[in-house]
Amino acid sequence: MIGLRLRQLVFASIIALIAYVFLANVMFPASMGVALDSYSLTIVGKYLCFAILAVALDLVWGYCGILSLGHAAFFSLGGYAMGMYLMRQIGERGTYGHPVLPDFMVFLNWEQLPWFWYGFDAFWFAGLMIFFAPGILAFVFGWFAFRSRVSGVYLSIITQALTYALMLAFFRNEMGFGGNNGLTDFKDLLGYPLTSDGVRVWLMLSSGLALLLSLFLCQKLLATKFGRVLVAVRDSESRTRFLGYRVEHFKLVAFVMSAMIAGLAGALYVPQVGIINPGEFSPLASIEVVVWVALGGRGSLYGAALGAIVVNAAKTFFTGFYPEAWLFFLGAMFVISTLYLPRGILGALEDLAQQVKGKAPKLSQEGLS
Amino acid sequence: MQTRSWKRTFKNTIFASAVGLSVSLAHAADTIKVGVLHSLSGTMAISETTLKDTVLMMVEQQNAKGGLLGKKLEAVVVDPASNWPLFAEKTRELLEKEKVDVIFGCWTSVSRKSVLPVIEELNGLMFYPVQYEGEESSKNVFYTGAAPNQQAIPAVNYLIDELGVERFVLAGTDYVYPRTTNKILENYLKNLGIGESDIMINYTPFGHSDWQTIVSDIKAFGSAGKKTAVVSTINGDANVPFYKELGNQGMSAEDIPVIAFSVGEEELSGFDTGPLVGHLAAWNYFMSAEAEVNDEFIEAWHSFTGDTARVTNDPMEATYIGFEMWAKAVEKAGTTEVDKVRPALYGTAVPNLTGGTAVMHTNHHLQKPVLIGEILEDGQFEIVSATPGEVIGDAWTDYLPDSAKIIADWTAPVNCGNYNIETQQCSGQNF
Amino acid sequence: MSRASSPALRTHIMVRVGSFIFSLFFLFQVASAQTFVQGKALADASLKEKAVWMEKLASDDSEEATRILQYWLDGILVYWPQENRLVRGIKEGRRYQLQDLMTEEALGAVSSREIDRVKTNNSLRSALKQVLGSRQLGSSDRNVRLSAIAELKRRPDYKVLPLLKKREASEQDDQVARQLSELIGLVLLESAEANEQMEGLRRISGGLSPEVKDSLSRFLLNPNLDPGVVEVAQRELDAITRSLMYWGIGQDLFFGLSLGSVLLLAAIGLAITFGVMGVINMAHGEFIMLGAYTTFVIQQWIPATSMWSLLISIPTAFVVSGTAGIILERLVIRHLYGRPLETLLATFGVSLILQQLVRTVFGPLNQSVVTPDLLSGALDINAAFSVTYNRLFVIAFALCVLVTLWGVMQRTPFGVRVRAVTMNRGMASSMGVQTQRVDALAFGLGSGIAGMGGVALSQLTNVGPNLGQSYIVDSFMVVVFGGVGNLFGTVFAALSLGVANKMLEPLSGAVLAKILILVFIILFIQKRPRGLFALKGRAAED
Repeated sequence: MIGLRLRQLVFASIIALIAYVFLANVMFPASMGVALDSYSLTIVGKYLCFAILAVALDLVWGYCGILSLGHAAFFSLGGYAMGMYLMRQIGERGTYGHPVLPDFMVFLNWEQLPWFWYGFDAFWFAGLMIFFAPGILAFVFGWFAFRSRVSGVYLSIITQALTYALMLAFFRNEMGFGGNNGLTDFKDLLGYPLTSDGVRVWLMLSSGLALLLSLFLCQKLLATKFGRVLVAVRDSESRTRFLGYRVEHFKLVAFVMSAMIAGLAGALYVPQVGIINPGEFSPLASIEVVVWVALGGRGSLYGAALGAIVVNAAKTFFTGFYPEAWLFFLGAMFVISTLYLPRGILGALEDLAQQVKGKAPKLSQEGLS
Repeated sequence: MQTRSWKRTFKNTIFASAVGLSVSLAHAADTIKVGVLHSLSGTMAISETTLKDTVLMMVEQQNAKGGLLGKKLEAVVVDPASNWPLFAEKTRELLEKEKVDVIFGCWTSVSRKSVLPVIEELNGLMFYPVQYEGEESSKNVFYTGAAPNQQAIPAVNYLIDELGVERFVLAGTDYVYPRTTNKILENYLKNLGIGESDIMINYTPFGHSDWQTIVSDIKAFGSAGKKTAVVSTINGDANVPFYKELGNQGMSAEDIPVIAFSVGEEELSGFDTGPLVGHLAAWNYFMSAEAEVNDEFIEAWHSFTGDTARVTNDPMEATYIGFEMWAKAVEKAGTTEVDKVRPALYGTAVPNLTGGTAVMHTNHHLQKPVLIGEILEDGQFEIVSATPGEVIGDAWTDYLPDSAKIIADWTAPVNCGNYNIETQQCSGQNF
Repeated sequence: MSRASSPALRTHIMVRVGSFIFSLFFLFQVASAQTFVQGKALADASLKEKAVWMEKLASDDSEEATRILQYWLDGILVYWPQENRLVRGIKEGRRYQLQDLMTEEALGAVSSREIDRVKTNNSLRSALKQVLGSRQLGSSDRNVRLSAIAELKRRPDYKVLPLLKKREASEQDDQVARQLSELIGLVLLESAEANEQMEGLRRISGGLSPEVKDSLSRFLLNPNLDPGVVEVAQRELDAITRSLMYWGIGQDLFFGLSLGSVLLLAAIGLAITFGVMGVINMAHGEFIMLGAYTTFVIQQWIPATSMWSLLISIPTAFVVSGTAGIILERLVIRHLYGRPLETLLATFGVSLILQQLVRTVFGPLNQSVVTPDLLSGALDINAAFSVTYNRLFVIAFALCVLVTLWGVMQRTPFGVRVRAVTMNRGMASSMGVQTQRVDALAFGLGSGIAGMGGVALSQLTNVGPNLGQSYIVDSFMVVVFGGVGNLFGTVFAALSLGVANKMLEPLSGAVLAKILILVFIILFIQKRPRGLFALKGRAAED
């Protein structure tokens, strides 16, 4: 019950945040002092995107037992799809003024647009690719991997190999994605300039809504019979298989869904930070996502979202205030929370609340209502 | 109760930290804030930490001289952690939250590209102290490092004229600076009549550590009857294993000299230079330059770091020049307001550390001497060649047909960083 | 270059040319002086003028001239204005110790401002080496003669032919004679006469060195050759290219083995902690880094050029990293057994702390680890195939570590206990094995080996705070590809991935080779979901 209430609180806080921004920045922007400035807007927007990514990872890791060390790949693919759309929107305003080719292609003496850039001038196409690019990759990868019953650390490491290979590939200038510099210098989105505060507010609001939506959808999905089977797979894969379920199908659906949500997070992230480059594919970035989820509370979608926000807020705080020593704080935070908060922040809070109520702490990790 | 306190914590997290500590530290009116945007962790910390210390030293010196405009300077250091999106975020933090008057920062091209939109939007002022690929001139950035014509072209001229090189290996890390430099050099060499088959271009990923194959390829390429040299734009970290492999495979500077654009005193202090004697580097400054002002700078650096073994290098000189210029321009303008300081910077001259004078031009680039140095046993450079005068930095290279027709000039009537003299149009600007 | 500066440039050149002519004049006037007194002129000369000075000194075969040339080459020839003469100046810190040229008598220390160093550059240096080389041909030390020949081969000069022929007649040593003959062959190629050219080609036939190939290619660029000679020369060149290709494959194989050994050293410790104990240790890379830093610290105490510093570093690094590992196990990991994924989180935190710790203690810059003299350079199997000593050391070292580890695991009571705990923790415990102790020691062993890997890596790459990061991902790939829990699998995986990578690299380039390897691993795991050598039996169950 308490756990439920905590979750509702997280949910409510996000709604409150969105409502606040909506009221303060959109409805009554004139009332000075209450509106968030553009620095806070982009930074909160970024946290929300990371929270979506954490929810996506928790869906497969927390509920289905698939530890993906390659979720940054799906995130980045979504980001690149968005970035390609934004690049095409620059049009003639690029450095070299070429009507079609992005600057880096002009620079590398490319004669024409490579085939995989076609269509990205239309928002609907880019919007589809945000989901399909990571989705198809996840489908192909998952279809092979789950059918061959690759599991445990083996699966984790090959997801890592996947994102590592993609990173190396995107670093290559010959690939046609801008190499190390990636995609940057974006001008506008759907015709509105990205540097205007209005667009920033809407981007942040959409990130908030997307987070709510993905939380809501995942929760609904997990409440169905499908979700029950997923948890069964997590707890004992072979037993579920012996019961007659095609385990690989369930895993595949969850994996693809998760990849699509991650892609959405990436797509919302890119216009807010203004750059996407292959560094986002790095295996360490994926491990960080795992850390957020673990810290927030694996097996709880809200915990994952909370973990992402807490870790990133801590990072922002420490890199600004203790630039020389922030890694000590962050590292210590990971170690201590693992040792003393085995069920993550949300789990610890639940236990605490239960103890206050005089009840024994719950043992189960899932606690789906 | 618990729930409520938790709620408070939660709110604090979101609103205090996330909102970038909206408990904004009251902007003290009696200090001038200097933002320092260099990575202190991650892969670039190796190079950038030194520059952070340089800025801190300059701030300290300026304060000892009584500050600027009667105010003390205050350095605001943040750590963008070698993470490119974080560079943009931290720039915004410096400009919006900390309200700094100037930023010294960035090293890699991608970090600069990431910072550009923010600094242009908020009309900040940044000094960028590293040699770079050119093809850019932002209203809000002053480039105190070398443009390609201040490093690459004179270096190749030296190879051809002094060493009689006829065959070139252009080896670089796969990112925009080496790509641009190599493209310019390839064009330049072909115009000099050097054939396609005498140019070998090779790109490696960041942090490449296994150079066995590439070094033996270079060796094979170099044994074709013509004097061969390597022009290296290999980035920082990958250089140590590269040079170690050169030494071990016995490729001496007399056989195949390597001229590097990213290897300076500091990179050399990370390894044993014994086998590297005679390999070259092209910069605008070497620690071994003989000038009074250089000795003073080195001494100040040693006493600031408390370590007499610390070396100085070219990006440090660029930081030094940038800082001195900014201070001078602020004095001239009588304010730190960007729109007043910017015009005051044009034509500002300060002594550089090699005994000459650095002047800021209206394309936001400096005029600098180009020096060629040979590596000595002790990790220092012997200056073997210097351009007779200072070379003016060219934002848009003349050696590529596309950019030859573009100029940058931030004064009237052009007032543009990307002005096509053929079509008389200004493009690619964000405002 | 800017166009504006070109008038200035022209004036500058004119001044240069003028002073050059003047100095020539000056030079011939004093050509017969007994002792070399024009130190100032030499020190002030431009690099072009210095070349003239050098020619002059070259024609003077007095001991003094030889010494001047030698010190000039070594960069310790300085002009001392106070006494207006050339002396030997050895840099110590920021001052120079001066010595008399001939007697080497100490003349006191001065600051760099009080003297003028006679500078060199690449082309001068190589010319100096040539001159000194022809002087040293008559040396009684065969190694000096060999290096002199090697130097002369770099730029075969037809002028020295009579000297070489004279030396050849009196040369006793077989190896020197062979090298000398090849040198004469190269020199003969510079001749304008066809019969001499043919003689040269005959002499260099079968040689594979880069100098031979270089000279031959240059020779063929000459348009005035006799067609018969061209045919022979072309045949020679083709033969060289062909055998270089075969040797190149051998070279790639060696490169692959050496890369494989590096991977092995990085991964084998992980194979114990990850494979055997099931701990996902993200701080493993940092243990490697600790080992490399240990080497650096040891080198501050013991002369870095001696092999001893490296040999002492090996056990020290084992102890340092091993202790760090045991501390980590006792403080953190002990509490997390049975929750392998959470070890990932905690050790990731530890890895961040260790990185920052090193950065705080040693500074963010790379540290200079010196390669001992014994390990610098290369072992030349023949002119086309040489293996560098440090790579050879790494391969041998990896082999030693492997054999020792195998011995420990198979032949000692400790090894038996570790294997027992791996196979069935509960059963081992009930048989009286102190599993906690075994865990701690095994973790220490794995970490210690990582530290020893760090010692080896310090000879090849950067020693900096990021060292560990660059190997951790590769290490996990190797362990998983080989099959978790199987040491032999790890060895096989490391070597085969190393060789495959190096074989692909010449065809596809470094990046693509790595991508292909990663894709291969992904596909391979589909085929064998438990790695190359899957454990069978109970241990393999989840």
